[in-house]
Amino acid sequence: MLVDSVPEQRAETAPAPPNRLAIRSVGLFAAVAVLLLVAVASIAVGAKELSVAQVLHGLFEDSGTYADVVVDERVSRTVLGLLVGAALGLSGAVLQALTRNPLADPGLLGINAGASAAVVTAITFFGVTSLTGYVWFAFFGAAAVGALVWFLGGSRGATPVRLALAGTAISAALYGYLQAVMIMDGAALARMRFWTVGSLSTATDETIRQVLPFLVVGSLLAFALARPLNAVAMGDDTAKALGANLNRTRALSMLAATVLCGAATAACGPIVFVGLMVPHIVRSFTGPDLRWIMPYAAVLSPVLLLGSDVIGRVVARPSEVQVGIITAILGGPVFIFLVRRRRTAQL
Amino acid sequence: MKTAQKTPHGRPRALRTPGGFSFRLEPRALIVVAALVVAALAASVVLIGTGDFPIPAADVVRTLLGDGNAGQEFIVNELRLPRVLVGLLVGASLGLGGALFQAVSRNPLGSPDVLGLGQGATAGALVMIVLFSGSANQVTIGALVGGLVTGTLIYLLAWQRGVHGYRLVLVGIGISAIATAINGYLMTKADFVDAARAVVWMTGTLDGRDWKQVWPLLALACVLVPLVLANGRGLRMMEMGDDVSHALGVRVERVRLVLMVSAVLLTAAATAAAGPVSFVALTAPQLARRLTRSPGPNLVPSLCMGAALLVTADWASQRLFGDGQLPVGVVTGVLGGVYLLWLLVTERRAGRI
Repeated sequence: MLVDSVPEQRAETAPAPPNRLAIRSVGLFAAVAVLLLVAVASIAVGAKELSVAQVLHGLFEDSGTYADVVVDERVSRTVLGLLVGAALGLSGAVLQALTRNPLADPGLLGINAGASAAVVTAITFFGVTSLTGYVWFAFFGAAAVGALVWFLGGSRGATPVRLALAGTAISAALYGYLQAVMIMDGAALARMRFWTVGSLSTATDETIRQVLPFLVVGSLLAFALARPLNAVAMGDDTAKALGANLNRTRALSMLAATVLCGAATAACGPIVFVGLMVPHIVRSFTGPDLRWIMPYAAVLSPVLLLGSDVIGRVVARPSEVQVGIITAILGGPVFIFLVRRRRTAQL
Repeated sequence: MKTAQKTPHGRPRALRTPGGFSFRLEPRALIVVAALVVAALAASVVLIGTGDFPIPAADVVRTLLGDGNAGQEFIVNELRLPRVLVGLLVGASLGLGGALFQAVSRNPLGSPDVLGLGQGATAGALVMIVLFSGSANQVTIGALVGGLVTGTLIYLLAWQRGVHGYRLVLVGIGISAIATAINGYLMTKADFVDAARAVVWMTGTLDGRDWKQVWPLLALACVLVPLVLANGRGLRMMEMGDDVSHALGVRVERVRLVLMVSAVLLTAAATAAAGPVSFVALTAPQLARRLTRSPGPNLVPSLCMGAALLVTADWASQRLFGDGQLPVGVVTGVLGGVYLLWLLVTERRAGRI
């Protein structure tokens, strides 16, 4: 109504003018280029340094030399990093839009911990050993904790503080459970203490094949939800007035976030803060439109994850620091910075 | 001394002295405190009697009063009494620390174990266990230092022209995530024996505690508990908001600093003595508040509730799993999970969700 009566405003509410579109598209291509660079670095850098020529040789004319074998190993690791990074970034973007909470992150909301606890249960008590077997446990754990945090944090009056607290408290309870399992079962301790930090080092082609379908489905679902989630971000009443189906959007968003986060956690253990940081950084230059946030997040999150992985391989050579630890150490200060920057009223 | 208002039996009343002092008398809270003290002592006697060599409760009391036989005297005074005392002191410290944190952060979930103090203390202890294969004393000192450093960091990072509850909570959660990652890293660096030791420590246990742990805890409690209670009045005012309490004459930031430092010290000392026993600090103040049905921080009831809870949980862990099988932290962890679920159900029923 207002727009009809004031013609000048129509220009502002219309789709972005071509030059902004062009800038964003070019930016996206630039981001993809950065991602390719980081991916090459992730293949080249490690306990054994490889030259770019060796990397290219290993990639395109594999002849079974030692360097080629190393390249093969690192390619699996890099591809898994790409997939998991994109999944975490997308699930973070979906969760932040869904909860209207700038601090939402699958790790902070306890979804990672839920998946971890379920996977540990599967491995220890049900003797499940294959990833395809326990990925379902991971989904179940992630979904159960997601729902619990959502209710405990106050589904309607969910403030960032309440949600984050509910997530942290439930994570604490679940980590207590993990510890009990590890005390009782030495074999579980031997395996779980490496799994629970979040690492890409166990990646194989098999892992990738097993999680790929879930990640593809979850990502497509997330992209399809960009439009309705844009409406939800304006508040429940406005969203309804704009014709969004609130309950369906919410349910599908939780589903997408759960599938993405559950599969990522099943593949390489809990990784925190990637889903928090990247959508935030992206939003600062794309604005609030999820149709742009999501592709950027899907490209830049793997940059962060692979970058952290490369850092982790370099800082403690010849051994490595797991990627989950590097992202937490990088992400914690970013999180605290965001908390400090925000005013009371905004939280 | 005369009562100024006529109130129905059992309701809080104000006592005023001719000198102009006044204080609230809450019969229900007093009864709750008395009941909790009795419960804690009874649980202690039962816990002392529990173990590979069971002793009837009557004999325990007789031995404690000084005329048991030599064998019982050794078992009670040298082996089991210090463990129970550590349990009581740790529980009381955690209960009080939790009540302070929850009151300052104005949030029922804002307890020190959620805010990263437990994780920070664990990081200090793990550094000692994993990097230096330290003795029990060194681990205790490491945990103490870790807890204090974490508490200071949280306070400084949350400071921005004063500390607000929400910022304290969120900064704490951020610090907690970082500390968790560091702990995970240290665990992967440990050899298997150290890792097993570290996991038991991280869960929180009272196994093998002796008089050496009792004295420092007792000394700290003797200093901090009166200090905290003296500032309790200001804390109660602060629940009405910083502006109102300022107008009522409370030096908000100073009271908050004193109470936070006390809470961090209490929690760090308790964690150093028994490991990060989860959820006692979270649940004790809430249970105490439900029992007294009194608003405000409920400091003394929380303290008694913490002591009673931890000793009862230790007894339960020994009875349920056998001596030395699963540490007390597992029981309090389960308890915390149940509490969270219960909170979920009641908040829903009350229409607040």
